[in-house]
Amino acid sequence: MTEIKLTIEHQQSSHCETGVLSTLLRAKGLALSEPMIFGLSSALTFVYLPMVKIGGMPLVAYRMPPKTIIKSVCKKLKIKLHSQKFSNPEQGMQALDDELAKGNLVGLQSSVYWLPYFPEDMRFHFNAHNLVVYGKTAEGNYLISDPVFEELVECPSEDLKRARFAKGVLAPKGLMYVVREVPDNIDLTPHIYSSIAKTAKMMRGLILPFFGIKGINFLSKKIRNLASAKPKYTKLFLANIVRMQEEIGTGGAGFRFMFASFMAEAAQLTDNQELKAAAEEATAVGDNWRDFAMDSVLFCKKRKDVTLEDVANKLSQCGEQETALRQTLLAIKAH
Amino acid sequence: MKKDDVPQDDSATYQGQRKLLYAVDNEGNYQGVTSTGWEVESFATQMAVDDLAQQTDQALAQAKAGEVSALYYHMLNLRFDICSLAQTTGFFQWQIKRHFKPTIFAKLSDKKLTSYGEVMKLTIHQLKELPTSND
Repeated sequence: MTEIKLTIEHQQSSHCETGVLSTLLRAKGLALSEPMIFGLSSALTFVYLPMVKIGGMPLVAYRMPPKTIIKSVCKKLKIKLHSQKFSNPEQGMQALDDELAKGNLVGLQSSVYWLPYFPEDMRFHFNAHNLVVYGKTAEGNYLISDPVFEELVECPSEDLKRARFAKGVLAPKGLMYVVREVPDNIDLTPHIYSSIAKTAKMMRGLILPFFGIKGINFLSKKIRNLASAKPKYTKLFLANIVRMQEEIGTGGAGFRFMFASFMAEAAQLTDNQELKAAAEEATAVGDNWRDFAMDSVLFCKKRKDVTLEDVANKLSQCGEQETALRQTLLAIKAH
Repeated sequence: MKKDDVPQDDSATYQGQRKLLYAVDNEGNYQGVTSTGWEVESFATQMAVDDLAQQTDQALAQAKAGEVSALYYHMLNLRFDICSLAQTTGFFQWQIKRHFKPTIFAKLSDKKLTSYGEVMKLTIHQLKELPTSND
């Protein structure tokens, strides 16, 4: 087998989906930062679904479901993205090889658990990870730019196949995508304003109590009620929230810092001081989420000065701050 | 978060990796900053990992005592739960629970065992085996 090694500009990212898209677009001559992609996709949100259990713990998420980012950004900016799923793993691997042979960088959806280069403690059965394949060695190992890693990595073919065709919730089904065409001279300004307006609208939540600020308050209430639960469950419940907020490629504070960074970049691009002020407000929101994480862990460590009530109050405070941030975002006018 | 406040706590859970966070520099501009870990986050991760390890140890002891089948141990050891195992193998949850009984597990057809084996990356032989200690 001949070695294929395409040129790639690896750039470490916080989040896999934004990172992969940023890398693929840069290779096609469109430089969009990770925060810019995140902001344009209006992916910032909050979700607490008590009835959906993962490893016995309820689902807590700080962004829109997987694939939202890639889909919405490509649609908005009229980027031609070719994506394909496979029912046959062999065909899926062959199609990957064919694209590489044509000289294209390939984005893949995969499971985290079966990728051998992940640290042991971070490996869990999550099927919506994203990565870029940029080549294949003579021995048949794939060369990968995994956006959440600092360095480029390598993965044996068998493992990658298993990861691409893992079953279960959000099963990737070998999903593979290639950027075919990027339009010239994209004006980001109108998209920036429309995506901020959309984010602000979504922040309040839908009719159901699980989303946005409503979801935050709902979770806060749940934490208050944990006083009557078993201490061990309470601890694992809080640890689960902290993990979802900080552990899994969020850029810190459940994407709040990434969103603030997007606002700051948007302020520079549009020269709009309102956006700059909103970025600072979003940073303060993120800082408070970090404090909430810290209080949760202090409670788990049985520090006497932190009560469950304190933890719940901190979270309510995050909700109040987000309500205020929403007002700020809604008031932003294009000029 | 200020750039200088980005925690560098050398978390064991990162295994020497660094992660990118977004933070503000002295001029108020945002930039990506790598972090070697945050004590708060790694405590939460460690707690979840320890809890799973404890359940797995217990499962191993139970399997050795003949109270549950080896399947129950392998499920936990590979970070599955009944729900995710059902979704990946196509068995119903009640079927899987039934397969946790040693007598029923011992009589399972190779076809059913292969269904588990494929999802868990284990051979039929490995699926029936138990390690001497869990590590």
